[in-house]
Amino acid sequence: MMQEGLDDGPDFLSEEDRGPRAVNVDLQTDATLQVDISDALSERDKVKFTVHTKSTLPNFKQNEFSVVRQHEEFIWLHDSFVENEEYAGYIIPPAPPKPDFDASREKLQKLGEGEGSMTKEEFTKMKQELEAEYLAIFKKTVAMHEVFLCRVAAHPVLRKDLNFHVFLEYNQDLSVRGKNKKEKLEDFFKNVVKSADGVLVAGVKDVDDFFEHEKTFLLEYHNRVKDSSAKSDRMIRSHKSAADDINRIASTLYTLGTQDSTDLCKFFLKVSELFEKTRKIEARVAADEDLKLADLLKYYLRESQAAKDLLYRRGRALVDYENANKALDKARAKNKDVLQAETTQQVCCQKFEKISESAKQELIDFKTRRVAAFRKNLVELAELELKHAKGNLQLLQSCLGVLKGDT
Amino acid sequence: QSPEAARLSAEDISPSSNGPRDDDPDDPDDLFAEATEEVSLDSPERQPILSDGPSPAITPVTISPRVDVFDRSPDLVKHRLSSCDGMNAYMVYKVMTKTSLSIFSRDEVCVKRRFSDFLGLHSKLASKYMHMGYIVPPAPEKSIVGMTKVKVGKEDLSSVEFVEKRRSALERYLLRTVKHPALLKDPDVLQFLESSELPRAVSTQALSGAGILRMVNKAADAVNKMTIKMNESDAWFEEKQQQFENLDVQLRKLHASVESLVYHRKELSVNTASFAKSAAMLGNSEDHTALSRALSQLAEVEEKIDQLHQDQSYADFYLISELLGDYVRLITAVKGVFDQRMKAWAKWQDAQVMLQRKREAEAKLQYASKPDKLQQATDEIREWEGKVQQGERDFEQISKNIRREVGRFEKDRVKDFRVVIMKYLESLVHTQQQLIKYWEAFLPEAKAIA
Repeated sequence: MMQEGLDDGPDFLSEEDRGPRAVNVDLQTDATLQVDISDALSERDKVKFTVHTKSTLPNFKQNEFSVVRQHEEFIWLHDSFVENEEYAGYIIPPAPPKPDFDASREKLQKLGEGEGSMTKEEFTKMKQELEAEYLAIFKKTVAMHEVFLCRVAAHPVLRKDLNFHVFLEYNQDLSVRGKNKKEKLEDFFKNVVKSADGVLVAGVKDVDDFFEHEKTFLLEYHNRVKDSSAKSDRMIRSHKSAADDINRIASTLYTLGTQDSTDLCKFFLKVSELFEKTRKIEARVAADEDLKLADLLKYYLRESQAAKDLLYRRGRALVDYENANKALDKARAKNKDVLQAETTQQVCCQKFEKISESAKQELIDFKTRRVAAFRKNLVELAELELKHAKGNLQLLQSCLGVLKGDT
Repeated sequence: QSPEAARLSAEDISPSSNGPRDDDPDDPDDLFAEATEEVSLDSPERQPILSDGPSPAITPVTISPRVDVFDRSPDLVKHRLSSCDGMNAYMVYKVMTKTSLSIFSRDEVCVKRRFSDFLGLHSKLASKYMHMGYIVPPAPEKSIVGMTKVKVGKEDLSSVEFVEKRRSALERYLLRTVKHPALLKDPDVLQFLESSELPRAVSTQALSGAGILRMVNKAADAVNKMTIKMNESDAWFEEKQQQFENLDVQLRKLHASVESLVYHRKELSVNTASFAKSAAMLGNSEDHTALSRALSQLAEVEEKIDQLHQDQSYADFYLISELLGDYVRLITAVKGVFDQRMKAWAKWQDAQVMLQRKREAEAKLQYASKPDKLQQATDEIREWEGKVQQGERDFEQISKNIRREVGRFEKDRVKDFRVVIMKYLESLVHTQQQLIKYWEAFLPEAKAIA
């Protein structure tokens, strides 16, 4: 009898997810710097992550230590990487999405309001499920914050970043206040300009075949991943809804079974029991699809955006370099401010070449990571789908056997 | 895309099915009391069946009316509508009956009927038998919206589905009607199934299945509003009424949940198809060859799965949802029959009251020396004595009928639900088996990504 995955406890993430949680990224961690989120606490309007570090690097005061961080502090760290010119040539690991419990909280609230209209058993059942859902979302947000940190720790350059070390070690609040309105507006305009630029830069054909190919590839890939991510979400939502319907059907069949005056009462009770079990499996299928497919696509949506941003920065550097060349030619022609123009041109050239060199490696690594992650998740997805289908089949066949024997 | 696999076939709900016979030996009206084998419509050899078993040569009894649309292909549906197009057009259904019952003139007959003919049949049967306590199966609901789309010539999937839904409902209606031993012998039923020309049913606008039940329920309301409260001497009736009340509530709830499941499964099918297309596109743009191929394979798997979901939602619908819908309406008919009994009781009580009044009036006239008025009073007393006796007889008869009808109804209910739910579980088994097949084929593809 398949007991796996049918436990009634709220913790229904499968065994393999409780291990190293960097499920979407294939990372090599080494002893010099290991980071993980060892604990997390969900309070009313915020989540507190306990960031735990183990390191043999000399620049830390201890070999093992923990600090408490909130989501805004992760964003601060991410943004500091983005704004740092030195890192222009790297794919900046995408920031984790903000923890969002609103939908789950709303459902719990609605349940509380509707308590009077359902039986005690129904209420308890639904409450348990919503709590499990809340827990699942919670686990996911922890995983996503952890993946971000692990990516940084695994990156040969970013792991040495000072802000990162402060983030890991400084055991006081980093006082990263939320962006005020003016700053938010500035961000908005920056993004608008960036996207306009992005179009401009993307239009310029690159001399380098590698980058030209990458540009074409990433533009299309990013859009397609976005589409697949949205569609997979919708598919999984329908699946969850269907599982919820089966839950209600099971409850009503149970009531029918207790009330019926004919032989059907035993029949209904058995079928109700069956549907209770099968719908738990259906819910697991939806949850596993969410983890292995939807989350994978969401992650690579963010990573492909980060890769696009890298290309954009390189593109900007190229434009600057070309402009500097033109300025130099003009200066030479007029024989005015030639030295200054030469210096500017040198700087732009160096910057462009530095970015191009690291960008090439980053993009190659990106592909390697992507292929490994997709492979891992698609294999696990198929294995889980098979496991659940076989579990379902066994339940259905055994119930049919019993019911046929009863007639 | 008609849900062939999901269709209720005659042998499933005909009482003369293979397997243990749970017939009622107390019921002399039960034609099916000693049924033996039934003929499967789908069996290639359709010989007249003779009793194989130990019982003497009882006339083999089966009847399986089938309802078909004239032509299933969407583009010909319009042509089979009558010659006038547009809103005056109507859909014609082919009713084919195979039977070995002697009351029929032929063993195979095929007639054309329109929807209003079915409603007309039901209204006749209801008016004849409901007041006697017979549970007359309700006719399918009218649907203005659905039918209008078909009439206007919309040949999209929803019109095709609507026609199939209606055809299936009409077929189930006929099967239930002929399963009733008394209704089967009714001349209106015979005429409906056999005669090539049927007088056009009039004012069926008011006499849709729901219309009849509304009328019945109005009568029930009238009864409830009466100040006479029935002294229920028979606990069985009180108990049964309560049970049907509870059953009604739960079946409606179940029906609503199943309808929701049908909707969400259809939605899942659509969203899976959409995801499949998206995954295919993603696979196309992926520049790692092996991963690209795996993603295309994933897209193919999801496409097959979307078809699976769609088939499953048909099973959800045609097996479970429609069964529940039928039973919700049937239970309304059952409740109606209980109300008819109350009406009969009230009529009997009224007659008693009237008789009492007439006796009092006669007593008064004894001292008034008006001989002709006295004679009239005496005559009236006899008249009302007769009515009281008739009222009591009617009440006892309807009570007896209802007991028998409810017994038969419950037996059928047990069978129907058992058979249909088992079939449904088998459809679920099939879906899981297919899922296993698809994912097993995909797994090596995923592992091959290098």
